[in-house]
Amino acid sequence: MSLRIFIPCDAGAVAVGADEVALALEQAAAKRGADIEIVRTGSRGLYWLEPMIEVATPKGRLAFGPVTMADAASVLEAMNSDGAHPLRLGIADEIPWLKRQTRLTFARCGVIDPRSVEDYRAHDGYKGLERALTLGSEAILAEVTASGLRGRGGAGFPTGIKWKTVAQTSADRKYIVCNADEGDSGTFADRMIMEGDPLVVIEGMTIAGITVGASKGYIYIRSEYPHAIVAMNAAIAAAKRAGYLGAGVGGSAHSFDLEVRVGAGAYVCGEETSLLESLEGRRGIVRAKPPLPAHKGLFGKPTVINNVLSYAAIPFILAGGAKAYADFGMGRSRGTMPIQLAGNIKRGGLFEVAFGITLGELVDDVGGGTFTGRPVRAVQVGGPLGAYFPRELFDTPFDYEAFAARDGLIGHGGIVVFDDSVDMSKQARFAMEFCAIESCGKCTPCRIGSTRGVETIDKIRAGERVPENIAVVEDLCNTMKFGSLCALGGFTPYPVMSALKHFREDFGPAPTRLQAAE
Amino acid sequence: MMPAYEPWDAARGAEIIAEHTHLEGATLVILHALQEAFGYVPEPAVPMIASALNLSRAEVHGVFTFYHDFRHQPAGRHVLKLCRAEDCQAAGGDALAARAEAKLGIALGHTTADERVTLEPIYCLGLCATAPSAMLDGRLVGRLDEARIDALVAEAQR
Repeated sequence: MSLRIFIPCDAGAVAVGADEVALALEQAAAKRGADIEIVRTGSRGLYWLEPMIEVATPKGRLAFGPVTMADAASVLEAMNSDGAHPLRLGIADEIPWLKRQTRLTFARCGVIDPRSVEDYRAHDGYKGLERALTLGSEAILAEVTASGLRGRGGAGFPTGIKWKTVAQTSADRKYIVCNADEGDSGTFADRMIMEGDPLVVIEGMTIAGITVGASKGYIYIRSEYPHAIVAMNAAIAAAKRAGYLGAGVGGSAHSFDLEVRVGAGAYVCGEETSLLESLEGRRGIVRAKPPLPAHKGLFGKPTVINNVLSYAAIPFILAGGAKAYADFGMGRSRGTMPIQLAGNIKRGGLFEVAFGITLGELVDDVGGGTFTGRPVRAVQVGGPLGAYFPRELFDTPFDYEAFAARDGLIGHGGIVVFDDSVDMSKQARFAMEFCAIESCGKCTPCRIGSTRGVETIDKIRAGERVPENIAVVEDLCNTMKFGSLCALGGFTPYPVMSALKHFREDFGPAPTRLQAAE
Repeated sequence: MMPAYEPWDAARGAEIIAEHTHLEGATLVILHALQEAFGYVPEPAVPMIASALNLSRAEVHGVFTFYHDFRHQPAGRHVLKLCRAEDCQAAGGDALAARAEAKLGIALGHTTADERVTLEPIYCLGLCATAPSAMLDGRLVGRLDEARIDALVAEAQR
């Protein structure tokens, strides 16, 4: 009997040798005359165990990891005989780190062949679209609104309201745009879902198109994600062949088409109006709002622009009903959030869980602390524009409002862990430097403020008039926060101010703390 | 694998441009396509794009220069990109970047004198749970340590 072996083709797994392992397994199988079938899947998101490979057994999929080329032959032997192996992890679904999660959006990621519409359908795919087609626009809007889904890109704007605005705006053309410009350091959920379950994004966008009356959609993917671009294009082609894109979507009267567009290395294009400019073929310069993209978006037409994860949450909401989604979460943060644990962390990866879990549980319990074994000193939540939180704030629940109340943000759900060797004034400087590099230049607080910020923090680090210069940085942050056009200049103060507030001892001449720690 | 680029040729450039002019907002798509073919966007292509898309030369120049990806001249034979974002910093990326700079004798953003290697910063490859990471000519490498970065630099220098 042929062995069915699942190996991730996720970029994160490939970067640590998944392709080589696949090759080595094929060679090992050929050598011993074993009949194997290799299926390339996405990643389950347990990155410290990547490359994690699985074999189908009557009891479920048995996992091994992290597998290297040198392990291939012995792992194949163990798979064949159901024998012991030092890398044997047990049945994948039973691994506690995975079992503890609530995978609504990522249910299929790492499980199915991302290019196969049949595989997708066999795992509840397109059930959301099927139900949406029977519901009609108004009922879909009611479901999306009732689910409480908020934009997963970071701003947390209610998706139902956004869609309703576009639905109610009349125009000869409307667009559905997917923001896949996942530039935040420490985030990779968009990449993972595009590589591991791209059809769920396509299904979500198709439902959006039907709801608001748009027949064309664009997925704007950053150029730093070559694997996701290939995976998304392959999935679009597969969906077209299966009649799920193009004229008469899923046998209905609706038509909907999708096209992938590739970014060109500009972080600011993750900001929605800048992204629209870029899609139109221009410099990624931020637009002033209003008009909102929902009224005047791409090419001046009403446009739904949402993050990858927002669209990916939609099929479950439609298939399972709004309540099934809204039952998870806390306060005004409903449903689940695919949280990304990264940086100096022992068990990093994708952890999808209902809102409400605390930062401490995520970092210490789920993540297991740092991989260097040193104490956790700071965590940055929400990308380069997110605040640095010290251990004292680890009781903060993962919730939009709870983070905002502590001068932070959950952003796109990335958590980057730093150990006690971190120099927080250096991180604050980097935040300003990054803003200066990536600023689109349209508004003065962001364009000039970030450069002055770098210079002033340099003075502080050199011990030059420290209290006065700290006051300058604080003033600068205030101007940037309230005077910038978009979140790049407006949120850069979060990492800077939080570093100043919680780690003031790092701002001054010669990092004495570091020397003491050595 | 070293990518093989064609030498600049105006007729070939015009052909590439013509393949994409029917698209909505085609400028970035065309710039990408030209760079894929020639390894950079040759200056003479800018007025050609402008005339094909009925834009001013200044508009196309503005787009070309706004984005970090587009090259004004060919890169070295190999391009080694090191992630310099926070996540890779937290995982020890600063020291590895300094090590690569020292080995190659150039700073990030530069090309070695023999035009073999271009060393560039990149801000996040999305491999944050297997950090620090790098990309050598399109190949991703995660969990970098001193041995791996040395091997990558040596490979790029070959």
